[in-house]
Amino acid sequence: MRQVDRDTCLHCAACVGTCPFDAITLFDMHIIFNDRCVDCAMCDRVCPVGAISPIPGTEKMKPKLRVPA
Amino acid sequence: MERYNYDVVVVGAGPGGSCAARAAASRGLKTIMIEKRQEIGTPVRCGEGIATAWLNQIGLKPGKDWIANEVDGARIFAPNEQYITLDAAQAGNETGFVVERDMFDKFLAREAIRAGSDVWVKTNALGLIMENGVPVGVHARKLNKDLEIRAPLIIAADGFESRVGLWAGIKTQLKPGDIEACLQYRLVGVDCDVRYNDFYVGEKAAPGGYLWVFPKGPGEANVGIGVSLKKSPGIATAKTYLDAWIKRHPGYAKGKSIEDVAGAVSVSPPLKRTTANGVMLVGDAARLVDPLTGGGVANACISGQIAGEVAKASFDAHDFSVQFLQLYEKKWRGELEEQLMRNYMAKETMMKMSDESLNKVIDALQGVEFKKVTTLEILKAVQAKYPEVVKEFESMLAA
Repeated sequence: MRQVDRDTCLHCAACVGTCPFDAITLFDMHIIFNDRCVDCAMCDRVCPVGAISPIPGTEKMKPKLRVPA
Repeated sequence: MERYNYDVVVVGAGPGGSCAARAAASRGLKTIMIEKRQEIGTPVRCGEGIATAWLNQIGLKPGKDWIANEVDGARIFAPNEQYITLDAAQAGNETGFVVERDMFDKFLAREAIRAGSDVWVKTNALGLIMENGVPVGVHARKLNKDLEIRAPLIIAADGFESRVGLWAGIKTQLKPGDIEACLQYRLVGVDCDVRYNDFYVGEKAAPGGYLWVFPKGPGEANVGIGVSLKKSPGIATAKTYLDAWIKRHPGYAKGKSIEDVAGAVSVSPPLKRTTANGVMLVGDAARLVDPLTGGGVANACISGQIAGEVAKASFDAHDFSVQFLQLYEKKWRGELEEQLMRNYMAKETMMKMSDESLNKVIDALQGVEFKKVTTLEILKAVQAKYPEVVKEFESMLAA
């Protein structure tokens, strides 16, 4: 599972459009993850300000495993 | 459940949506455009540099309220910061505007309303209404009310994070190399040359992308960056590189930001399919962003206009099938696809070039007079001085 640092987030939705699994939505000023998230970490990488990170101990799989080439 | 009936529902009130709504409404179609945000045009997610030539093509007149600055041309800075200047006089018609995107988007929405379109803000599309396997409108939430907007044609203008296309079965995944993460500060109190839009390339400035300085007026500029996800293994790469570049440039380091702008753009080939039964995708939702520049506004407006025209033809024929909507595919591809593919190839090649090669390219172009700046002319000039650099482009040169 991922967490969003709400103090850093600029609500730009870069993560929403980048997520390969349609697991993120932007609703008003909230970034919401659904259960389709596989912890591929693409959102961590695209976030221009680095506001997204894994919640320690909750990662379903190793990053990169299912990121499209 | 409240129900509304229209001919066309446009999802998203950016430039593509407004141009589509304007084109459809002005042809007599009962049109509504919905926007999830409470205000059209904000927050801005854009470098705000646009070319000028295409505005006339779709009948838009420049307006004082949305033009911040008119530039004479562009300067391209190599990694060693030697640069070339592409002037309007040299480059034919490559002048540009630096715009106020929030005002520009509102201007286009006004045009849509003047043409007869309805517009609802704070209205979020939640899904497609399906009947017999065919979309016949959208489920939406306006303020705190769920409602149905029924329309045989749906124009998806919902941008980079498009969901309408997904709902219509157009599944797309972007490769990391086709995504740029972007960040920009609107800096006040900087030393900038208001005559030029500046572009800085190279691994040190912006890996797999470029850094831009678009002057909004004396002492004020959008300083932003796009970095490729392929070259961003860490986090906050965009911010790290942008901050580092600004720190190295005292004329910009003294500026203060009055607006932080973030976002992502696709720098991919356009979607193979931009239509489904009753659905047309326009602009960023169709991945029509220019892969070389990351600019999306012009192609959004042009494709939106075409979608509006095709909507009318579709109603005249009373045929909303994906087969009929091939007319949309044919028209926008005829207009835009060749350039998009060419610039995609150019982007792919540029992304592979070392800083040393980029330095040589800019060096080879010093003092070269271009009648019109084309990829081919640039390649020929580089080949004359550094033939080894253009090896990768040889197939393009032969063509």
